[in-house]
Amino acid sequence: MFQDILVTGLVNGGVYALLAIGFSLIFGVARIVNIAHTAFYMLAAYCFYTLLVRLHLPGALAAAIAVVAVTALSVLCYRLVIEPVREHESAVLISTIALALIFQELMLYAFGGNFLGIPSAVDGVLVVFGVSIPYQRLLILVVAAAMLAGTWFLLYRTRLGLAIRATANDLEVANLMGMNVQRVAMATVAVSVALAAIAGVVVAPVFVVDPFMWLTPLVTMLAIVVLGGLGSLKGSLIGALIIGYVEAITVFVLPQGAFLKGAVALSIMVAVLLVRPEGLFGVVFEEER
Amino acid sequence: MVRYILTAVVLALAAPLASAQGTVKIAVVGPMAYVQGENHWMGAELARDDINKAGGISVGGKKMKVELIHADSNELQSVSDATNAMERVITRDKADFVVGGFRSEAVLAMQEVAMDYKKLFLGCGAADAKLGENVEKNYDRYKYWFRVTPTKSADLGRTLFAVLGSIAGQLRKGLHKETPKVAILAEKVVWTRGIVKALQANLPKMKMEVVGTWQPSPTATDVTAELSAIDRAGADIVFTAVSGPVGIVLGRQMGERKMKAIAFGINVEAQKDGFWQATAGKGNYISTLDTYGMVEVTPKMIPFVKEFEARFHQSPTYNAATYDAIMDLKDAIEQAGTLDSDKLVPVLEGFKNHVGTSGTLTWDKRHDPVWGVGTTSGIAVQWQDGQKVPFWPPQVKGMGSFKFPGAS
Repeated sequence: MFQDILVTGLVNGGVYALLAIGFSLIFGVARIVNIAHTAFYMLAAYCFYTLLVRLHLPGALAAAIAVVAVTALSVLCYRLVIEPVREHESAVLISTIALALIFQELMLYAFGGNFLGIPSAVDGVLVVFGVSIPYQRLLILVVAAAMLAGTWFLLYRTRLGLAIRATANDLEVANLMGMNVQRVAMATVAVSVALAAIAGVVVAPVFVVDPFMWLTPLVTMLAIVVLGGLGSLKGSLIGALIIGYVEAITVFVLPQGAFLKGAVALSIMVAVLLVRPEGLFGVVFEEER
Repeated sequence: MVRYILTAVVLALAAPLASAQGTVKIAVVGPMAYVQGENHWMGAELARDDINKAGGISVGGKKMKVELIHADSNELQSVSDATNAMERVITRDKADFVVGGFRSEAVLAMQEVAMDYKKLFLGCGAADAKLGENVEKNYDRYKYWFRVTPTKSADLGRTLFAVLGSIAGQLRKGLHKETPKVAILAEKVVWTRGIVKALQANLPKMKMEVVGTWQPSPTATDVTAELSAIDRAGADIVFTAVSGPVGIVLGRQMGERKMKAIAFGINVEAQKDGFWQATAGKGNYISTLDTYGMVEVTPKMIPFVKEFEARFHQSPTYNAATYDAIMDLKDAIEQAGTLDSDKLVPVLEGFKNHVGTSGTLTWDKRHDPVWGVGTTSGIAVQWQDGQKVPFWPPQVKGMGSFKFPGAS
């Protein structure tokens, strides 16, 4: 059972990590409460499904178009919905909830509530310690690692990354220092949604595509980013692994309580926050001290 | 001026009455954005058209056409939406009768509303036993409820045991597994409670070993941890009781992992034509109880399935038995010569071996279909290379054979 938990927790944690990276950037680092983040992930999955399954485009081309189209849409949404209310966090929260619900209803109208499937990019399984791991899940682990490295590089080795961190730390001072804070915020939304779209394209083949597929990941992502600590990519990765392992342990130790795996994971998050309010690796910002 | 207003008010009030006198209004209530609701509606449309083409329903010598009311209950998302839909079709749309319903939790709530208004409500989707128990416990209030499909959860259990016994027999004979190992994978919802208890109690008596029970959330979209545990337990059969998206991921992930165990049980998603696509072609060998197929469970089944497929370009799910529900109402109305629900209840109760498209129906004192193999039990089907192949009950004409992974 130990090896099952070890492998299953790692693989599922990798899936969560891939989903969490973009959310960590937008919510954890840039502090934009974009609730529609996972709705963009859902849109990318639908877009990929339509291009690949219905229009029979090659996989790589379908994936590229899906990511670019959804990223472009996010920029438009930012200009129309987020930017006008950017200074009011609660207004951003409400606006992006509305945006997510609009996307959900549009997909429900266009595709119905039926569950749709996307073929895996790579078929077959690898057996590790007697545990079968589909290659698609290994691909997710690889993409998650690449995205994590890429995001770290962007944040800590580029001028844009410096600008993102600066505006997140103190919007007014960044503005006074001559930064175009609106453009930085728009770039942050675009990069994070591109990450969500990549996650949608890579992760959707192991799940099912439906108009409500954005809800569960949203709760899990919030838990991971808060558990790991706002502002910390490392924290998000570890948070994702913790949630993956807690869920695996729940299923293996308490089979009849498998439906509780989400609740157990969220309880762990609450317990951690009681001890460390800033999360495991959280950055305590000036205004929060 | 006052006279014009009064005339307008009288006309407005009289309009629904006039309409009600000319047609029999039947509300079809279901989750219309989903396959279940679509099938509710499509089955009802076929019934309406068949009846109206033949001149309508004879009510005390007068022919009345059937008029359907399309009501989206959104019950998969919201129980209160479902009760609102029921309230609306009764009070605003003046429905004479209601057919449909899918999710047990929502149907229980909608049953209350329908009973408040003493409206005949013929269920075509929910299995929870409590719906029928209500009739037995408080007959005067709940007598307007009748279940058409599926059978109640305990009877679904009986069907499942019968099919499972047949599969276990094949395992013993063909693969020399004297005591097949069974893993139970049932989503944690109200309709699976009775089935899980019955399985845990009875499988050992049927010389099968229960290696564990896993109960994921009905909205789960990943069962890799559960399947790893089931693999490790060495299960030969994965007994499924799932109605949500978990049925698709189960089929897909079992296929991807190339599991030796075969899945059988109730998998609502596997009853749909879209299952093969949704599992990206990985759902081979997944089997489930079902209702309709190109087999002669009743003489009406194959013609119905052909008509359904020709018109809607898909095969019917059990929710399309709204066709039978409306035909039952037609027969009862013509027999009683009235639309009065109180007078129709005893007529429906008196139906014996009433032949429909989905089965041969007799209602018991709970207004549940009396269970019987080949009458109301339904059929079992297995996905084989993209085709849904019926394999049980074997005595029914047109059945194929059940296959195991690795067998040719």
